[in-house]
Amino acid sequence: MSGLSYEAVARFAQQGGTVYFGVLFLIVVIYALWPRHTETFKRLAALPLEDCEDDHVPS
Amino acid sequence: MVLLYIFTGVGAFAALLAAAFTKDPLFQFHSYIFLVAFVLGAGVMTAGVAYGKFRSEPTRYADGVIRAGVIATMFWAVVAMLVGVVIAAQLSWPTIFYFPEAGWLNFGRLRPLHTSGVIFAFGGNALIATSFWVVQRTCRARLAGGVAPWFVFWGYQLFIVLAATGYLAGITQSKEYAEPEWYVDLWLTVVWVAYLLVFLGTIWKRKEPHIYVANWFYLAFIITVAILHLVNNMALPVSLLHHRSYSLYSGVQDALVQWWYGHNAVGFFLTAGFLGMMYYFVPKRAERPVYSYRLSIVHFWSLIFIYIWAGPHHLHYTALPQWTQTLGATFSIMLWMPSWGGMINGLMTLSGAWDKLRTDPVIRMMVVALAFYGMSTFEGPLMSLREVNALSHYTDWTIGHVHSGALGWVGFISFGAVYCMVPWLWKKDRIFSNTLIEWHFWIATTGILLYIAAMWVSGIMEGLMWREYTPQGFLANSFVETVAAKHVENIIRTIGGLMYLSGAVIMSYNLWRTVRMPGHEAQPQGLASLPALAAAA
Repeated sequence: MSGLSYEAVARFAQQGGTVYFGVLFLIVVIYALWPRHTETFKRLAALPLEDCEDDHVPS
Repeated sequence: MVLLYIFTGVGAFAALLAAAFTKDPLFQFHSYIFLVAFVLGAGVMTAGVAYGKFRSEPTRYADGVIRAGVIATMFWAVVAMLVGVVIAAQLSWPTIFYFPEAGWLNFGRLRPLHTSGVIFAFGGNALIATSFWVVQRTCRARLAGGVAPWFVFWGYQLFIVLAATGYLAGITQSKEYAEPEWYVDLWLTVVWVAYLLVFLGTIWKRKEPHIYVANWFYLAFIITVAILHLVNNMALPVSLLHHRSYSLYSGVQDALVQWWYGHNAVGFFLTAGFLGMMYYFVPKRAERPVYSYRLSIVHFWSLIFIYIWAGPHHLHYTALPQWTQTLGATFSIMLWMPSWGGMINGLMTLSGAWDKLRTDPVIRMMVVALAFYGMSTFEGPLMSLREVNALSHYTDWTIGHVHSGALGWVGFISFGAVYCMVPWLWKKDRIFSNTLIEWHFWIATTGILLYIAAMWVSGIMEGLMWREYTPQGFLANSFVETVAAKHVENIIRTIGGLMYLSGAVIMSYNLWRTVRMPGHEAQPQGLASLPALAAAA
């Protein structure tokens, strides 16, 4: 049972958690900065500005 | 439709049985409320079918339920803030505002009524109404689920009524912000799952290929609140015919689960949901695109991944292992980054439109909301540090901190969104009176400043008085002396709260006059009666 001692589990959670969060954060940043998304994001940033006051669903 | 009928029938029958067989008068009282609600629900559905109100019009957005949501938002805002002013007065003048013959008016009963009232009744209705608006417009799709959005709306009002009457009657499971007992929790679960399905269903049938960032925030709010609610309310009722239940957790586990819930009620109910509101209504009102859409993506993912770990900072110097306390504080400090990233993203959206701050009190209200968001998310991580917490915990400083977030951020961004939506929803060109919005803005802003300044002073003062020792090593002050010392600050707080309430009353009047103005086109048929229906209930 030495492999599952409190210290081992805590070490795995702490180091593994740090790496896991770091990698996730990198993926998000890379996704956000990926050059091919520039145009999409530009369009999405202006999405709320399109007319919406009417209750007709645009076709 | 048939399903809803069966559901109300079975619900009414179960409520009737419960009312008939229970020996617990409080449980019987709530069973009757359930019974009345189910019978009313079935009646309204029958009337709706008879008059053909439930025709699905896929080419139109479902706005009737949003109109009802706006009315409910303002109604509960005034009620819950009034209760807040009453309990502030009780703290200021306990000899005048103490009613020993009416136990339900006691501070201990009214306090959860105020907190749940502003958070879940006012804030929750604002979130549901705006999320229904935003998800339809940014997905270009009508709300999914036919009458399900109406079920979400009225089911949520029933939850509020059950929770509120329960608090006054003395029904509570004593978990902060999760006071309702097991059967009310089960009811909220049903309503919340319906809400999630309506929201997901609308996203599913969207015509816009991408999911706009506001919908990500709303979705994180809905899903996380569902998980928090289920985990924290795991409890075993004493009997199926009794209101009382006991939590499955005990001791420090119970405390950790409760504050994991409690802090993420702040993080996901009061922050993520309202950020969704911000990411739609600030660009819309400023007529400028979101400053950085990239930043909004990083903002979203880092905020939700970090917030969920911050809860243990509520349990410094307790039996909770110290490394867990440190973990909570560390993640709270890390929250500075996404919080301020989001605030900067919102503020910079005004680039090129700063002149609107001078002319448009609604955009000013939303900018002040962002400023308070930045300020309270700067203050919060500081207070989460063990050394600062040693001074601030259990004092009025915490109350002041919460209110700078609640009145400044949550309240103002919601008021801003409602001011935007009302003319659209009721087909008017504008709000009735811009001057009254100016009055609302200045009275409420001054009220917030009085409130939080008074609470900083009284909080730090009582914190210092509690830790003051005599040379002999005795505590220098008795507890009642520290209470008496903040009498003036309590009065200033009451005045600040009264001013904020006055702003909400002015706003309600202004909106009522807006709805009564002649519109720029005829009301769509069949929808005109809905506000009256909502008001009557």
